[in-house]
Amino acid sequence: MTDIIQKVKNLSIGFRSKKGEEILILKNISTNIKKGETVGIVGESGSGKSTLALAMMGYVKHGLYTIEGECQFNSSNLLKMKSKDLEKIRGRKIAMIPQNAGQALTPNLKIGYQIDEALQLHSDLNEKEREKKISELLNKVRLPSPETIALRYPHELSGGQQQRVAVAMALAGTPDLLLLDEPTTGLDVTTQAHVLELLNFIAKDTGTSMVYVSHDLGAIAQVSDRIIVMYSGEIVLEGPSRDILKRPIHPYTHGLLKSIPKLSLAGLPESMPGSQPQPGTIQSGCSFFDRCNFSDENCKNNSPKLEFLKDLNTSVRCFNYEKLVNESQASQTVNKIKNKSQDQEILNLSEVSISYAKQKLLDQIFNRISDDNPTVKDININIKKGETIALVGESGSGKSTILKSIAGLLRTKDGLIRFDENRNLSSDLKERDPNDLRIIQLIFQNPDESLNPNHTVEEIIAQPLKLYFGLKGEELKKNIIDLLQKVRLGEFYTSRYPRQLSGGEKQRVAVARAFAAKPDIILCDEVTSALDVSVQAAVLNLLQQLKEDFGTTYIFVSHDLAVVRAISDRVAVLYQGRLCEVGPSNDVYKFPSHPYTEVLLGAVLEPDPDIKPKLVAEDIVEERPPEKGCSFQGRCSRIVGDICKKEIPPWQLTDSGNAIRCHIPIKELQKEQF
Amino acid sequence: MKLDNIYKEEKKSTFAKLSEIIITMASRPSGLIGLSILVFHIILAFISPYIAPHDFKAIDPTLMLQAPSAEYWFGTDDLGRDVFTRTILGGRTALTITFFGSLIALLWGGLLGIFCGLVGGKIDDVVMRIVDAFLSIPWILAMLLIVSLLGTSTEVLIPALGFFYGKGIVRVARAATHDVIAKDFIVSARARGHSNFSIIWNEIIPNVRDAILVEGAMRWSWMLLGFSSLSFLGFGVSPPTPDWGLMISNARGLMSFAYWAVIAPIVGLSSLIIGINLTADAFAKALGIDRSTKAPV
Repeated sequence: MTDIIQKVKNLSIGFRSKKGEEILILKNISTNIKKGETVGIVGESGSGKSTLALAMMGYVKHGLYTIEGECQFNSSNLLKMKSKDLEKIRGRKIAMIPQNAGQALTPNLKIGYQIDEALQLHSDLNEKEREKKISELLNKVRLPSPETIALRYPHELSGGQQQRVAVAMALAGTPDLLLLDEPTTGLDVTTQAHVLELLNFIAKDTGTSMVYVSHDLGAIAQVSDRIIVMYSGEIVLEGPSRDILKRPIHPYTHGLLKSIPKLSLAGLPESMPGSQPQPGTIQSGCSFFDRCNFSDENCKNNSPKLEFLKDLNTSVRCFNYEKLVNESQASQTVNKIKNKSQDQEILNLSEVSISYAKQKLLDQIFNRISDDNPTVKDININIKKGETIALVGESGSGKSTILKSIAGLLRTKDGLIRFDENRNLSSDLKERDPNDLRIIQLIFQNPDESLNPNHTVEEIIAQPLKLYFGLKGEELKKNIIDLLQKVRLGEFYTSRYPRQLSGGEKQRVAVARAFAAKPDIILCDEVTSALDVSVQAAVLNLLQQLKEDFGTTYIFVSHDLAVVRAISDRVAVLYQGRLCEVGPSNDVYKFPSHPYTEVLLGAVLEPDPDIKPKLVAEDIVEERPPEKGCSFQGRCSRIVGDICKKEIPPWQLTDSGNAIRCHIPIKELQKEQF
Repeated sequence: MKLDNIYKEEKKSTFAKLSEIIITMASRPSGLIGLSILVFHIILAFISPYIAPHDFKAIDPTLMLQAPSAEYWFGTDDLGRDVFTRTILGGRTALTITFFGSLIALLWGGLLGIFCGLVGGKIDDVVMRIVDAFLSIPWILAMLLIVSLLGTSTEVLIPALGFFYGKGIVRVARAATHDVIAKDFIVSARARGHSNFSIIWNEIIPNVRDAILVEGAMRWSWMLLGFSSLSFLGFGVSPPTPDWGLMISNARGLMSFAYWAVIAPIVGLSSLIIGINLTADAFAKALGIDRSTKAPV
């Protein structure tokens, strides 16, 4: 077996707790990476996937140590190697591509210089050859005009370009094995699809083996030949990627695939209850036992071994996998959401524009905003009571900006925000009265940041109750417990600090805090994007449930089209702070659509190896919206001529009541997109 | 509910938290040494008037500049006073004045820094430039001016020292506030419509308190040195009250043949400063450790 390049044998990595117990992060992992193969390692945060990938490079994080086992590369154990020998392997034989290339690149050195450094270290080329090699590498990762890119600094590149540079640097040493730690997680949907396509191309072109670590089954599905599913430090399922995604025979993978919202299916996916056990808590039995739908007494007392099934070419750690062998993954059930919106309008944005431009002294003195080309312009949206409307777009599309103005955190330049048909809301907090503030509440993306780390859950939820309703003592306590129960948390959570909660629990506390104010409108800013997939489905279901109970209106901001599809009644697509398309979510996800919506839909990664992303437009990033004409003219693949550059396109209605802002007549759009 | 036991952490009383911090501080050697020195000095300051073997102001020309002996452990100074008595009494004024001075510095510096960090904009600009302007004045010159105008009484020294040592705390408190101000929980409190006071009290202070307290403890030792310098120059404690700075100043001319009269106060002063510094250091580490290890992994 010479085609195995990395052999992980009985690897256990852990740390010692204060009491002296050994706590395992990785439990007895064995796997092989073959030459030219791309292996995807998937798991929730805390499953040990990154620790495994780092161990494959011979690196164990500070504070952890190898308890037993080895990582063999070219038949030498990396974990026992001296650092001098490791230096020869790292970069030359095994290279790593980090999650956030923006942070991994040195900010004050030019791109070309940084690649040259890698070349000097890992190759024996002379200066002339290196010069040639740099542009070769930049060409290979498909960066436009390599000569000019090489002279730029990292901050002058977009996120996608930085990630490409990181790939080029990793390729500089012509490694046999590439380790990728969540390489596309921080990127926009369209950029992500492009980077994955590049990685696929490089894997084929150079024959490099890749280990792709991610929490995103969609991304893993696009690149990997083989998938390793990790749960609580163990491999629970390992096999060919197609089989695992089409017919997952481990209950965890089964549930995980079910809890991912799909573009093709409206409605909320089923959620998996519970969360992954903390390292060191499970003593006996299967680690997935308490979340499993297929478990029995045997699972509670005995932990299953990883079993190799020859006919399926798959390893599985489960006693009851046979129950799943015959069940196909396609039987996904979703909880269809009922559109309960009423005709009554609750919030109306008319002609809203927002500017981030630095104001001149004169304007500052007169306290006015002047900007001919504001970041957000001409936003007209009618929001009905009880509706969930989603604002969708890539980063920089102005979706969060609009949310801030509705919340009163950012002054608008022009336009009106009207509540309940007759009350004008100022976009300045100071001019709103307490009741105006109460009716609109915010839920943030990252619960780590939105909950004060020095407050207990009780104190956090008490804030709005005290502020708006002046509750005290017993009544306050009762209300807090009520709210906690509504978000499915028990009474005993009151005395905990945020750091003692899991991500999903924290987000539930944030939801409870928002509902404490009894608001009419809740603004959700990417509320699920910091959560694990199985938790995401649970939070979405909870939000939907609460909405049905209270009749709240949601304004939901997200970059994830599948999540938006699952929860929203209506969708507004934004590009560069201008609306492109508004309509009922069922229709926005059908063609004909605005060329930008088409790009977004094409770039969505589904956890299905048969559905490949369609890359319609270039993934260039535009700094500012164009002064004249259509906002999407810079990237549009369907440009019809000068008219796109000169005139703002008109709103056109499709048959189903979907409004599209494009110069191309609806009928032609329909013809071209089908 | 197996996880419950791991997560269990009841809300503790302030006293319990404080004693836990002190235990953590004492668990590392440097912290233990620092704490012992500091506690020793504080106890000494309280009991020294009762245990002093001689009268600190009794002048006896016949006993001038005696070398250390069984009767006069640290010898006598140029006026025949017992150096041991004067040394153990010499820290009392300095400790009291600088302790209250640091409190004042912490209070005004911390609050102003947090306020500037929160409101930002023009108010922040103006206030910080004024603070910068004060930072550029050599404090000892300004202190000399104040003391010569208003006298060296405690009521003058405490607020004056508190003012000059608080300027630095403004910067630290402002920086610490900037770290938390952009976090969403502050944005969320703003969006709910809490007043600035409520945001400072509920959201910011619990998160910047540690940084400011540690800075305050460090300032205490600097202030002690500063106060002793004033006494050394003759603008701090007035004779015949025993004070280390004053004693060093008086005895330094005779150092070549009566070294004992100068060494004892130097040891007293420097040990106290080292003690405070080590304690402040251990305090910072204890607070930091509290954050990282108490969270379940």
